[in-house]
Order: sequence, then C-alpha cells, then structure tokens
Amino acid sequence: MDAVALPGSGLAKGLAVTLRTMTRRSITRQYPDVQPDLPPRSRGVIALFEENCTVCMLCARECPDWCIYIDSHKETLPAEGTARARAHNVLDRFAIDFSLCMYCGICIEVCPFDALFWSPEFEYAEYDINELTHEKDRLREWMWTVPPPPADDPAAELPKEAR
Amino acid sequence: MTTDHQQLIVGIGAGARELATEDMILNIGPQHPSTHGVLRLRITLDGERIQTAEPIVGYMHRGAEKLFEVRDFRQIIVLANRHDWLSAFANELGVVLAVERMLGMEVPERAVWARTLLAELNRVLNHLMFLGSYPIEMGAITPIFYAFREREEIQRVMEEISGGRMHYMFNRVGGLKEDLPAGWLGRTRHAVSDVRSRMGDIRNLIAGNEIFHARTRGVGVLSREQILQYGVSGPIARAAGVDFDLRRDEPYLAYGELTVPVVTRKEGDCLARFECLLDQVYVSLDLADACLDRLERLPQGPINQRLPKILKVPEGHTYAWTENPLGINGYYLVSRGEKTPWRLKLRSASYNNIQVLAEILPGNLVADMIAILGSMFFVVGDIDK
Amino acid sequence: MKCTTEGIAGFGCDPWWLIGGKALVIFVFLVLTVLLSMWVERRVIGRMQLRIGPNRCGPFGLLQGLADGVKLALKEDIVPAGVDKVVFWLAPVVSAVPAFISFIIIPFGPTVSIFGHQTQLQGTDLPVAVLLVLAMSSMGIYGIVLAGWSSMSPYSLLGGLRSSAQMISYEIAMSLSFVAVFMFAGSMSTSQIVAGQQHIWYGVLLLPSFLIYIITMMGESNRIPFDLPEGEGELVGGFHTEYSSLKFAMFFLAEYINLATLSALATTLFLGGWHAPPPITTIWAGANSGWWPVLWFLIKIWAFIFFFIWLRGSLPRVRYDQLMKLGWKVLMPISLGWILLVATIRTASREGLNQTQLLIYGGITIAVVLVGSFAWDLVATSGRQVDPYAEPERATAAEPAQGGFPVPPLDLPHYHGVLPETAARKEVSSGTH
Repeated sequence: MDAVALPGSGLAKGLAVTLRTMTRRSITRQYPDVQPDLPPRSRGVIALFEENCTVCMLCARECPDWCIYIDSHKETLPAEGTARARAHNVLDRFAIDFSLCMYCGICIEVCPFDALFWSPEFEYAEYDINELTHEKDRLREWMWTVPPPPADDPAAELPKEAR
Repeated sequence: MTTDHQQLIVGIGAGARELATEDMILNIGPQHPSTHGVLRLRITLDGERIQTAEPIVGYMHRGAEKLFEVRDFRQIIVLANRHDWLSAFANELGVVLAVERMLGMEVPERAVWARTLLAELNRVLNHLMFLGSYPIEMGAITPIFYAFREREEIQRVMEEISGGRMHYMFNRVGGLKEDLPAGWLGRTRHAVSDVRSRMGDIRNLIAGNEIFHARTRGVGVLSREQILQYGVSGPIARAAGVDFDLRRDEPYLAYGELTVPVVTRKEGDCLARFECLLDQVYVSLDLADACLDRLERLPQGPINQRLPKILKVPEGHTYAWTENPLGINGYYLVSRGEKTPWRLKLRSASYNNIQVLAEILPGNLVADMIAILGSMFFVVGDIDK
Repeated sequence: MKCTTEGIAGFGCDPWWLIGGKALVIFVFLVLTVLLSMWVERRVIGRMQLRIGPNRCGPFGLLQGLADGVKLALKEDIVPAGVDKVVFWLAPVVSAVPAFISFIIIPFGPTVSIFGHQTQLQGTDLPVAVLLVLAMSSMGIYGIVLAGWSSMSPYSLLGGLRSSAQMISYEIAMSLSFVAVFMFAGSMSTSQIVAGQQHIWYGVLLLPSFLIYIITMMGESNRIPFDLPEGEGELVGGFHTEYSSLKFAMFFLAEYINLATLSALATTLFLGGWHAPPPITTIWAGANSGWWPVLWFLIKIWAFIFFFIWLRGSLPRVRYDQLMKLGWKVLMPISLGWILLVATIRTASREGLNQTQLLIYGGITIAVVLVGSFAWDLVATSGRQVDPYAEPERATAAEPAQGGFPVPPLDLPHYHGVLPETAARKEVSSGTH
C-alpha cells in the first residue's frame, strides 16, 4: 500500500470503481428467459437408457448413499427349436432419489453396459421432497437431453477402441 | 466449562438490582450472519468488550471419518470433497495422494500437471470467495459480486472439465476421471487472464480503503507462538510471518518443478491476512499459467491409470498432507489390505485455525470479533467434518 | 392577523384547504420518495454490483417497493415473548412519525399562485425551523432506543445503545455545522436561509460546514458507513432484529424518510434550496420563478440521495469507537474552530476590514487550523497506537486453565516451536510425490 497516499484516496478509489461499474453492462443472465449454456459434461441429472440396462445392480451397489432403487424379475424366453430356454432379467423399477443423490457420478462410471448418462438438464425442482424420486420413465425421457461427449484434447491418449 | 457465568436477562430491569455491572453472555451463532453456517461462539461481554470467547463446534458434524471406513476409495472421494466445500479439489487430492503412495502408483505426467492446474484454480476460487465475503462482514456489500464474477469465470472452465461446479469429483486413484476436453486449455488460459485483469477492481474497491484499514489494521494479531501452539496454517499463519507452504517446502504434485512464491506478511493482523489472500490469488493465477504452458507442451499420454475392478490398498499406513487453500490438510490412512481404509484420519485446516479464536478474541470489541472471525477464513464443514 | 405573502409572517394565512392540501402533498411526496428511492437504491446498487436489480414488478420494476410493502403488511407480526408490549408497539411509531414531521418546514419553491392564492411552496415556516428538524430527529432516536430496549434481545439492546450514543454525538456536530449558516443567514427559518443564498450557496461559502454536515448526515441516517445500530454482520439486525411485518416496515419507512429529509435539509441549508444552479440562472432569468424551482429542488435532493446510495454501494462500516472518535475528536473541534473563524470574519467585516484582507487572514487561519488538526491527528494516531480501547494485558502465560478449559501449561517444552525445525518435521515420510 502506498504510504504517502492522500487521506481519503482509498475511499475515492473505491467510489470510482463502483461508479465505473455502474456505467457498464451488468453480467446478469435473466435465467427463465435466457437459458444457461452448460458444458456437455455438466452433471445436471442422471438419465437412464433403459434398453441397455441388464439389471446387474452395480450402480445401486456402488452408490455411496444408496439412492438407486431397482426391482426386477426373471423372464424365460421360450426356446426356439432345440436351443435351451434363456432366462434374462426384466427391469420393473429403476428410480433415483435425487433428494439423496450426491451427484458423484459413480453409478454412471461403473455401469458396464452404458445405460446411465449425465445430462445437463437441471429443471426438475419439486415442491415436495418425495417427488424428487424419479422413476424410469422420467429417467428415460432425460436421455433425449444427453449431449454427445466433447472431443478430447489432442494430447489425450486415444481411446482403446481406436488404438 | 467449569466457570459458571450467571446468565443475565437483558432488558427491563437489567442492572437495576444493584449498580454493579454484570457480564452478558452472548451466543454468536449457531445462526448468525457472520458465522458462515453453524459455528457457535459463546462470548462473555462486558459492555461491548469480549471477556472470554469459546468456539463451540460440532453442529455440522457428519461423521466423515467414520463414513470413510465403510466406503471404498472412489466413494471416499465423494465424501472427502464435501467437508470443505470451497476447496473440493484439494480435498480429493489428499485422499488420492495417500492411496497412490500406499499403492506405490506412478501417476501419468499429464495427470500430475492437470491436477496441479486444477488445484491452483480451486485455490483461486476459494480465495475469491473469502475476498468477497470478508468485506461483506465489514459492511461493504459490493466486493462479493466482483469476486463472484471472477469465480464464475473459473467455475465455467472447472465445470467444463469436471461437470461439477463445487464438488468436482474429478480425482481418481491414479489420475483424473476424464481427459481434458479439446480447446479447454485455451479457454482456461483466457479465464485466468480475465480474472487477473479484473482483480484490480477488488483491490481498488476494498484493499486500499481507509475505513477497511481502520477496521482491520492491528486487530486480532496472531503471534508466531500462538500459531505454532495451535497448529494454525495456511494464509492465516503466513500473514503472521510463519513462512511455511507445503507447495514449496515439501512439494507434492508438480510443485517441485515450479517456483512457488510464498506470500507472507509480518503483522499477523486481519489486514495482513486479507492481503495475503489477495496476493495469493495472483500467485495462484501465475502458477496456473505455468501449468497451462507445461500442459500444452506435454506429449500425448494417458491421464489416468487402469485400475482393477476392486481396488485394495496394501496393509500399512501413511500420512499425506497438502497445502489446501485454507491451510494444511492431512490424511492419515491406515489400511489392513481391505478395499476400505481401516482408518482415515482427517486433519482439516479450519479446525485448527478456529481454535485460536479463544486466544485472540478476548479484549476485543464485538465489532472486532466480526473482523477477526471473518479473517480466520474457515468453512464450518471443515471444522466439524 | 395581518396576512402578507412574504417572509415568515406569510405562513399560516392560507385558507384551510390550502394548508391541508400542502400537508397532504408533503405526505404523498414523502411516501412516493420512499418508494422511489428504494427502487433507485436497489437499481443503482445493482448496477454497481454488476447486477440488474429488481425488474419484474411493473415497468422496470418500479412497483417493487409497493410489492415489498404489501408483502411486509401481510407477514405475521411476531411479538417475542417477554417484551414490553406497549413500548414494543410504540417504538416504530415514535420512529416514523417525527420523520414525517420535519419535512413540513422544507421549502420546495418560491411564492406561487395556487387557484388564485399567492402562497409559498412550503408546509410552514418557523423562526426556529431548523431546530425543529433537529428536535424531530432526536425524537426519532427514541424510537430506535426504545425498540432496542423493549425487544429483550442482546443484539437489539446493543443496537439501541449504539444508536443512542451515535445519534446524540452526531447530532451535536450536526447542529454545530448549522451555526455558521445561521450566522450568515441571520435566521433559523428555512425560507430566510434559502433567500439568503440567492447569490452564493452556503455550501461554497461555508465549505467546511458543508463537509461536516455531509459526514454527520451519514451518521444520522444510520446507513453505511455508519450503520452501526443495524450492523448486520455483527448485530444481526441491531435494534430491529425482533421486529417483523408492519412494525418493521415503519422502521424501514422512517429510515428512508430520514434519508429524504437529510437530503432536503442539505439542499436547503447549503445548496441554495430551490434556487437554480448557477449556470442556468445566467442564461435563463426565469429559472427562479414560478414552478421551476421545484425541479431544481428535486434534482438537488436526488443528487444527495444518489450520493448516499453510492456510498452504501462502496464503503465498509466503521467501528463503533472509531465513529465516536470521529464525531467527538474531529468533527466537533473542527466545527467549533470554524464557527469561531466565521464569527471573527463576520465581526471584522462589520468593523470595516476590506475583502482582500479578510480573505488573506481568513485563508491563513483556515490553513493553520486544518494543518494543525491534521498534524495533530497524524501524530496522535501514528505516535502511539494505544487507544482507550486497546486490548488489556492478557494473562495467558500465567494462567494455564484460562477460561476454565483444562489446557497444558503453555511453556511446556513441546510448545513455542522451540524444537529444531528438523525434529518438527521428522514424522513426515516423503512419498512418491
């Protein structure tokens, strides 16, 4: 700090800053009218690509606060010809309680069949905390908002499919 | 708590019984605008002068350490970045550094530099928060908006790379979660230079203000002894001339290859703490630029290590500490070879920094209490864990 | 009673409907000013803070103040248990009513014709009009003190105490800043004071008084940088911590009316009241007649209100003892010295000293006084840092169990960092990083 500064010069400097700012455009973006531009990686909501889910339960088990609820039953496909009848899991319920969710993304990371995705969508506030538990229909709808992943930095290692 | 102060009902008839004055017990918090959450200070007042002060912590205790013991290391990162919500990246870093050390894991070079960059950006974010909130406690309502404009710049690039704005959840054992998006380095460089160019506004608005100086100069002086006794660290300690910064003195990440100028002040008062913070922002921005330079030159390579499906840490123990924005953060990791730690002790900076309040508050005015409290730069979650 | 249209005697001679109308207009003017200044304040501070400010209620958010008022009125009126109900009720009223009253003596303009009646644009005037303003602002303090006292809350009590001390000391400095004006105008009536500023504003002639008034008016208005009674960061809300609903709205109203009153008083006493600013009068002779002066008056008031808002957007709050020190040790002595000087000059000029000599002597004296006071202040602050509020000696080392909490003695060898640096760090194993 300047030791020989005139008394009050600090105040004047501050006043000048605010006055100058007043003449500038404000940086407010009026949200409901102007949507925020969110990056593709933005963690807004978890979308479920139901067709890919095999009910392996990895996501529900890995979730740090167990906010994923999965119900399923086994169905046996009728045997075609001489083949053995094949049992497979059918998803009955897939719900995420977003009042518990910590938005860590572990479920998406562990999913081995790419059934879960991040979407930047964030407008799903509710008046009742119970209504924050979203079932698979809603989660499936959010799939339409999932953006393609961004391109990686040129210095990034090539994905193993391309190597 | 052996002293029994008489609780006095203020108001009608206070002091009417006799002419002798009585001390007044004032509970600052748990709900008070200047406690940033739920810190509670029990203060005995004589007039407006503080006789004794006792920080009462634990209102936000979430049992983080106990929860660590039943989480695997990826899940621990989720929890670890939440106790000090203003320095999430630095908190994640401590955990993964400890685990990587136990595993003897070598982290890819690009990951090391990217981590260093993100840690510095996180430091800027944290400091800007306090550069804005401290003046607000002194009655200056405008600087916080300037600080938040700069925070927004940096948060935008942080969100672009990690997807999160506060809890980045971007560290993984062995590196980072994902690679940098294309063009991100350029945008980050742009954000860094924008923030640097506009930091002058905050400096002019508040740091040179005579009223601000009158409120903070010589107030709440911490001595070097007190700092060593209480384990105060970070910018608060450096403001009192304790020249200690892990980034320089025991480099982790890529800090060893960078020259880290350590910002110190002699005075140890509130103003020195504020100025330390302000200058550290510039230092961090410079370091971020250095990291960006290096990241642009680094050859193609991975950003993380392939991890086994179940990550088990060999038996043993280690202590990893990092220079968090608020001070020294330490993780004492004890593993019995399980996929969860047997114990993960967390040494958080705010916890130690706040203890010294009992020492420096007595003798000050209530108004000074606010100035001191604000200049201790704490996060309540970091105190209570 | 003989009625004229000039001077103080002209007041009180209007027909009843005109007097009533004036009172009503002043009331409406004040309420509108409050609504508008709240909007202006929020918009201006918003712009200073890179925001937009309220823009949803009505065009440009102009009705925001109204909406806030309705919201406050509809809120639950909480009366905490154990408060002194009568006083608790009375305090906001005591705070708001005097705020309205003082505006009655503010001149808006010269004599105009209203429905054929020649009347002055002023509620009324008294030989001691300015004293009425001072009296009313002192009454307003009662509201704040009583609010703090009756709320049964330590924060409120501290806020109330602070405000009583602050307002009383600033009131004195403020009235001292008026004295020079009175000496020049030869009257305490506001219309006479405005009339006395036809050629030169007292704000220019009596610059030190004007500056002192500006500082004291910030202190009187309980706003940043002197908003200690509220002191949001420290005292939560100060005296109005426990107030809600309409009672809180009354305090709010009082604060903004005071803002307008203080601005109007500054305009009247120092900025020539309704007189047009100098460059305008030279090119346009009719600027000071008819209804135009109301415009000049409003412009000046709003300039002051903007100044208040600007300060609020930029400055931090001072500390209580610094405020007191400024009031008693700086403003009061300077005020007194200045009055002495003004009185000397007035007497000297009456005795027949010419203007040049006066200016020279006056300038020298002012310079000496100012330099002296600054030098004294610098020496006093830099020479010894000890102020009466300095920390008392703390007994940390002597008393290990300080505050009753069992702590080990501080001079144990473990403490004080006496161990060599290497020993202090030996437990750290350097890892792979």
